[in-house]
Amino acid sequence: MADYKWPDAQHRTLIGTRQSRLDGPVKVSGRAKYTYDQNPKGLLAGAILRCPHAHAKVVSVDTSAAEKIPGVKAVQVLQGPGKEVHWAGDEIVALAAINEGIAEDALRAIKVQYEVLPHFVDDATEPKSAAEETGPLALDDLINMFSNQVPEPQISSTVQKRGISFPVTDDLVKRMRSFNVGENVIKALQSAPQKSPESTRSPFKKSAVNVTGDPDQAFKTAEATSEGLYGVPVITHCCLEAHGVIAHWPDAEHLETQVSTQNVCGMPDQIAQALTGIGIPISASNIRNRQQHVGGGFGSKFAADRWSLAAAQLSKKAGGAPVKIMLDRRAELEVAGARPSAYAHVKLAAKKDGAITAWDSQSWGTGGPLGGNMPPIPYIFTEIPHQRKQHISIATNIGPARAWRAPNHPQAAVLTMCAIDDLAARLGMDPFDVFLKNLPLTPRANVYEAELRKADELMQWKKRWHPRGDESSGPMKRGLGLSIHTWGGRGHQGAGDLTIHPDGTVEYRSGTQDLGTGTRTAIAMVIGETLGLPLNAITVKIGDTNFPHDGGSGGSTTIGAVSAESRRAATDALNELLAKVAPTLGVAPDQLEALYGTIRVKDTQGKSITWKKACSMLGATGVTAHGQNPDPSKPPDLTNSGVGGAQMADVSVDVETGIVRVNKMVAVQDCGLIINLKTAESQCYGALIMGISYALFEEKIMDPTTGRMLNPNMQFYRLAGYGDIPELVVHMMTGPGYDERGVIGLGEPPVVSPGAAISNAVANAIGVRVPFLPITPDRVLAALEKKGGAA
Amino acid sequence: MPDDESKQGVSRREFLKISAITVSVPAVIGPTVLEVGGEEIPVYGPGKTPITLTVNGRRYTADLEPRVTLLDALRDSFDLTGAKRVCDRAECGACTVLLDDRPVYACAVLAIDAQGRNISTVEGITSGDALHPVQHAFVANDAQQCGFCTPGFVMASYALLKHNPNPSPEQVAKGLGGNYCRCGTYYGMRGAIGQMTGQRSTVGLPQSEVLTDRETDRPTDQGGA
Repeated sequence: MADYKWPDAQHRTLIGTRQSRLDGPVKVSGRAKYTYDQNPKGLLAGAILRCPHAHAKVVSVDTSAAEKIPGVKAVQVLQGPGKEVHWAGDEIVALAAINEGIAEDALRAIKVQYEVLPHFVDDATEPKSAAEETGPLALDDLINMFSNQVPEPQISSTVQKRGISFPVTDDLVKRMRSFNVGENVIKALQSAPQKSPESTRSPFKKSAVNVTGDPDQAFKTAEATSEGLYGVPVITHCCLEAHGVIAHWPDAEHLETQVSTQNVCGMPDQIAQALTGIGIPISASNIRNRQQHVGGGFGSKFAADRWSLAAAQLSKKAGGAPVKIMLDRRAELEVAGARPSAYAHVKLAAKKDGAITAWDSQSWGTGGPLGGNMPPIPYIFTEIPHQRKQHISIATNIGPARAWRAPNHPQAAVLTMCAIDDLAARLGMDPFDVFLKNLPLTPRANVYEAELRKADELMQWKKRWHPRGDESSGPMKRGLGLSIHTWGGRGHQGAGDLTIHPDGTVEYRSGTQDLGTGTRTAIAMVIGETLGLPLNAITVKIGDTNFPHDGGSGGSTTIGAVSAESRRAATDALNELLAKVAPTLGVAPDQLEALYGTIRVKDTQGKSITWKKACSMLGATGVTAHGQNPDPSKPPDLTNSGVGGAQMADVSVDVETGIVRVNKMVAVQDCGLIINLKTAESQCYGALIMGISYALFEEKIMDPTTGRMLNPNMQFYRLAGYGDIPELVVHMMTGPGYDERGVIGLGEPPVVSPGAAISNAVANAIGVRVPFLPITPDRVLAALEKKGGAA
Repeated sequence: MPDDESKQGVSRREFLKISAITVSVPAVIGPTVLEVGGEEIPVYGPGKTPITLTVNGRRYTADLEPRVTLLDALRDSFDLTGAKRVCDRAECGACTVLLDDRPVYACAVLAIDAQGRNISTVEGITSGDALHPVQHAFVANDAQQCGFCTPGFVMASYALLKHNPNPSPEQVAKGLGGNYCRCGTYYGMRGAIGQMTGQRSTVGLPQSEVLTDRETDRPTDQGGA
C-alpha cells in the first residue's frame, strides 16, 4: 500500500523538478479568462460614484437625474445621508447601465452634498503629544490587531489588561474560529472586564511601554551604542487586474458571482452575511462563486468588499442580469489596499565584538482609520536580552489597510536590519560578521548561518565589501547590504477530491485558487508523482465553490495545503485501485507500486499492467477519494511552518543626481520540500523585483491640503520596470535537513528583505543612512547634504 | 481580407450575432464630412457610427460611439480579451497591440481612428492551437505569474523581435520599457528574449532539467480558457 509520506529524493519522478506551468499557454495566448474578461450575455456595466473628500459626512444624495438617463438599469445608494466617510474614494452610489459610457454619464448626473470634516494624512512625522492608551478596546481595535498579525499572547494580555467595550457574542466567536483565532484569545475575550467605550478618540494611540530585562542598565554599561531613524511609508498593492466582480441572479433565490479574489471559497459566507444584513436574505449555500484566474492580489483580495454586494444588489434590481463592477485605476490605488507604514528611532547597545545587548525603539505608523500596530521588532533577533519598545499608532485618512505580502515583515526588517547595519558601521565591523555574531539571538541560527555563507559565496561579499563610504573617485559610489527574514507558511485547512475514471483519466477538484504562484501545476505534479503518471495525464479543476472547500491564499499557506490534500486524495484513490488489480497480478496490494504509467510488482522485473488496463477494472464509476489537510492544531506531517532566507544587494549611487541603481541581488531561501523548483525560483525572482520596486519607487503620496492621493495612476505610482532589473541570483536550500520538513509556503518570505538590504547597500555606498524608503534621488541628496557633502 | 474562421477567436455565428444586435439600434449614423481648408474631414458622432476594423487579418464591424477606444472595441464588441485595460491612460502597456506592425497602447487609440489599419492582437499570433515561438519562450522561461500583463509583454516582445531579431540588452529594455508587471516576471522575460535571440547561456535563468514536452505547451481548457 502506498502511504502519504513524501517520497525520498531517489524515488521522486516529478517533485523537485522544474516544470513549466500548465496554465502558461493560455496566459501567453491571451485565452486565460479573468473576471475582468467575462462578457456574459446581457452584461450590464456597473460603476461607482466615490467620495472626493478624505473625511466627510454624507448630507444628501440625489440620484433622480441619473435614473432618468436612457440605458440606466439600476441605481443603489451605498452610503446615504448620515454616513461618515474616512478616506477619499469611498463608495457612495453604485449604478448599472447598458454600457460603460452611459454608466459614466449617469455618475456625473448624481448630486451628493457632503459636510466636509477635518482630515489627517501625515503619518511620517513623529507624533509629539500622544497619550498612552489605557481605555477599553473597541471591536475595531481587536479587528485591527488581528489584521496586523499581532501575536496572540499579546492580544490576550492587552484584552485582559484594558478590558473591552463590546459584547463577545456567539456570532463573533464563530467568526473568530473561522479565521483560526486561537482559543486562548477567545477565552481572554470572554473573561475580559466589560467597560463603557471611550468618548473621545485621539488619532494617536500610544501603547504601554514593553520592557524585557534591564535596558537602562544595559545601555549604561554598553561598550558601544548606535542610534538611527528608519521608516517605510504606506504603499499600495496596485493589482493589475483591479478588484472587481460579476454578479447575477439566475433565479430569485440563487446568486452567482465571479469575484476577482484570493479567497474563492470565502466569498459565499461573506456575501450571504452582508446581503442578509441589508435586507436581501440568502444562505451561503445558495451562492456560487467561481474564478479561473486572478490578475494579482498580494494580500488585498480576501474580502468580498462593498462592490461585490453592490453588484448583487444592482443585479437584483435589474431583474437578475449580470452586472460587472471593476475598479478603475484611481480607485484601485486609492481604496483597494494600503500597506501600513512604520517608522522608528532605534537604539542598540553592544559589546565591542558586535554582540548586541540591548534594543530601544520608539516607533509609529498608520494602518489606516483604525491606527494599526507595531511591526514585530526586533525582527528575528527576538532574543536580544534587554529591550524597551513603545509604539504610537496613528489613525489617518490615508485609506484602509490591507494585508500586503508578508504583512508587517518588510517594515520590521527595515527597522531592525538597518539598525544592526548602522551598529556595525559604528563598530567599524563588517555587518556580515555582526549578523553572524548575533545569530544565537534568532530561532534558527544554523539555517541563517548556512544561508548567509551561501549568499556570501554568490555575492563574493567577503572579497568585495568595503567599510561604509565608497572612497573611490568619481560620482558613482558602490556598496553592499544584507538582510535576513522569516515566515511561517504552514498549509491551511482545506480539501480536494480526486477521481480515477475507468478510462484511466485522472481529475482533481478543489475550491482553491492559483494566484500565479503555480498552484495548478504543483497539484498536478503531486498527483502525477503519487500515481506514477506524466503531468499531462492529470486534469486539475479549481476555483469553484461547488468543489471541496479550500482556504484563502494568504500567508503562504496554499502550497502546503494543496500539496498535502492532493497527496492524501491521490494516495487513497491509488490504494483502492491497487486493491482492485492485486488479484490479477497475483500479489497482495502492498506489493504493488504505480510508476511510469504502470501498476507493477515491486522489485519484480516485468510483472506489471498498464495504468489504463488497471483503471478498466474499477467498474463503471471509477474511484473518488477525498483528501483533507488537517487543521493547524494537529501536529504537522506533510506541511510545516517556519522558513528563513538571506539576501544581499549590490548598488551604485550617483551622488550628483541621487539616482540609485541595483547592480545585483542574491537571494538564498529555504522552504522545506519544494514541489516545483521552477515556479519556486520564480517566486524569489519576482519577490526581489517587487522588493526593488518598493525600495526605490513606491509610495502612496498624500496631499495634506486635500487629503487625497497625489499619484493614483501608473505614471506617478511608479513600479519597477524591465530596465530596473539587475543581475539576480536565486539559490533554494534543498536536500537533507530541508526536504524532510515537508512542504512550506514561499509567497511571502523572499519579499521581506529587499528593502533593508538595498537601504544598507546605499548606506555602505554613500557613507550615510537614507532614513526612509523609497530611496528616491531627493532623499539621497538630502541625506548627503546632512552628512556634509558628497560621499 | 477573407474571413477565416479556423484562425479566429470569434466564430462566424458570434460575428453575425454582434452585427445583428447592432443593426437594430436606430441611432446609427455615418460620419459627416466637413470641408476645412480644402480638405475633407470626417466628423463622427455624437451617436453610434458603423466602424470596420481589420484585426488579425479579419474584418470586424460594429456600431460604436466615437468615444470608444480600440481596446474597448476589441474587448467588448469582438470578445478579443487578451489585451487588458489596467491604467487606461497609456502608462502600463497591458493593452499593447500592433497597428500596422508597430506596438501601440490600444487604450489610447480611438476605434474610429484604427479603421483601415492592420491590427494584430495576442490572439492573432497564435496559429490555431500552436503557440508562436515568443509565446513558447515565455512559457519555458516562466515569464508570467498572474498573467495579466503577459499578453501586453508578449506583443511588445513580438514587435521588438520582428523589427530587430538581435536586440542589445539596452534595446530590449527600451522595447519592453513601455510595459509594467506587478508580480515581477521580468527575469523570466529576459530569459525568454535570450532564448529567442540565441543568448540562452547568458541569461542566468536555470534551464529545465525536465523539459515540458510541446504536447502540454498548447492552450487548452486546462485553466479554464
